[in-house]
Amino acid sequence: MEQPAYQNPLRTGAIRPAELLPWLAAGSGFFLFPDYLQLGAQILIMVLFAMSLDMILGYAGIVSLGHAALFGTGAYTAGILSAHVGWSEPLSGLVIAGLVAGVVGFVCGAVILYTRGLTLLMLTLAVTILLQELANEQEHWTGGDDGLQGVVMEPLFGVFEFDLYGQTAYLYALAVLFVMFLAARAIVNSSFGQSLRGIRENERRMHAIGCPVYRQMLRAYTIAAVMAGVAGALLAQTTEFVALDVLSFERSGDVMIMLILGGTGRLYGAFIGAPLYMILQDQLAKLSPEYWLFGIGALLVATILYAPEGMLGLTERLRAWATREDS
Amino acid sequence: MINSLVSIAFDGLAFAMVLFIISVGLSVTMGLMGFVNLAHGMFAMLGGYIAVSFIREFGVPFLLGAPLGCVAVALISVVLERTLYRRLYGGDELQQVLLTIGLVFMGIAVCTFLWGPLNVQLDVPSYLKGQVDLGFRRFPTYRTFIILVSFAVIIGLWYGFERTLLGAKVRAAVDNQRMAETVGINIRRLFTLTFALGSALAALGGALGTEILGLTPTYALEYLVYFLIVVAVGGLGSLRGAFAASLILGVVDTAGKYYLPAFGAFFIFAVTIILLLWRPQGFYAR
Repeated sequence: MEQPAYQNPLRTGAIRPAELLPWLAAGSGFFLFPDYLQLGAQILIMVLFAMSLDMILGYAGIVSLGHAALFGTGAYTAGILSAHVGWSEPLSGLVIAGLVAGVVGFVCGAVILYTRGLTLLMLTLAVTILLQELANEQEHWTGGDDGLQGVVMEPLFGVFEFDLYGQTAYLYALAVLFVMFLAARAIVNSSFGQSLRGIRENERRMHAIGCPVYRQMLRAYTIAAVMAGVAGALLAQTTEFVALDVLSFERSGDVMIMLILGGTGRLYGAFIGAPLYMILQDQLAKLSPEYWLFGIGALLVATILYAPEGMLGLTERLRAWATREDS
Repeated sequence: MINSLVSIAFDGLAFAMVLFIISVGLSVTMGLMGFVNLAHGMFAMLGGYIAVSFIREFGVPFLLGAPLGCVAVALISVVLERTLYRRLYGGDELQQVLLTIGLVFMGIAVCTFLWGPLNVQLDVPSYLKGQVDLGFRRFPTYRTFIILVSFAVIIGLWYGFERTLLGAKVRAAVDNQRMAETVGINIRRLFTLTFALGSALAALGGALGTEILGLTPTYALEYLVYFLIVVAVGGLGSLRGAFAASLILGVVDTAGKYYLPAFGAFFIFAVTIILLLWRPQGFYAR
């Protein structure tokens, strides 16, 4: 009973046909569900956010409960740029927000990545809540509890206005996600990505063979911060509003759950987990918030016990099992 | 000025004692098994709800309601430990975090269903209402009661931990699990036992502390962060550490909310970050 050799498709650079599926789905979603494009745009944003968490959690093995800190930083940067500075050009706003989140991520990472385990978990959590309290207190800049009003976006490229139906928002989010995905894919397939996997699997050994572990982790953390910031900025720009909950512990938890449901360390896990989570939430929460909470809790427990590698891991296992039967 | 300082010290102490009683079980079980149990706050919450229900629905006297809550929660926790937690021992902490968060979500949903989303009040008997004269000042009777009960629990814990065979076994297992197993300590059974005790203590803290912390279904997540801070700052598996961390947290939080309410919980998280950077393994790391 020999197990077929497991091969991670992402480890080879070639694009496989299956990799086109999520993009086809996202593209056809635009035509199939014209009434749900606002929700669709938010799903795409959460896919990007979950993918950025995958960079540090799935590849570098850093368990963070504070990824919302970077998402929120990006969201508030883009929002404040438009509402207070009057800088309403979307693309440049996106870049600035990503850079600001990257700087915040670099500074935070430089400090917290000296620690591991529970301490790291608590530090990431504490930083997020600290930022949220700060945003709550600085009402003049952030609008506090009421949220940041007055975010107005100029048309994209000066042509495409952000419409009520979310058509521009959806395509804008999809395009940004695609660019970010290509970057992420190149990064995890590089030797740098390989060294991150090594750190995840055996940190001591990576030390021993001369890998600058701390520097590599900080680099990954900063890259993930930029991506999370861009995701946050997208949310602020497409909804033209920023609420305090972009910085909440719950959002950190949500994004982690999405990633786990889909599967970590695969990049595509985010593409399964985020839509699954958000569509379930949209449907169940209509019935009653308790149903939703109970359902997601039960789903999480079942995933951990029976499919610890998420939906993608499960399909891989099933496929391996099926091919073994054939031979 | 002096008056408000005394008030802050007193309220801070009462809050700190509740924090300690709830968190100490988490600290010991995490030190013992390295299991990150985010459902600990849910056990405290359940203790509060069950005690309230016994007192209200079945007319159980106040002083009996809380112990009944403890017993019920201890039973629930043992069932969960035997069926779910056990499967993830020695696994990676991320899976433990997610499993227990899943349980918390389910717990919140069930509690909302059973007790509603609004704050549930514990009916304090008349002899614990009002104020008590301690010679130099008058203090709220109920909070004085909390502090006294907590002192009794702390003395009991200290005795159990330092002077009994069970305590010696727990200390041995926290310090060096393999060695403890080698000399014949049954770690699994020991863990189930301490887990049940820790959950019962959480339930006690939850029942006593409803007057300070309130009792809504989101309690399980809202205060979880506080309990985790106590454990992380104090150091895993350390009674002294948990006590010191509870005191700092309780007093800083109370003072911060009194003097600068606009900042909310800002100060305790700032203090937490500073303390964790200063001592990444906590005050009394083992």
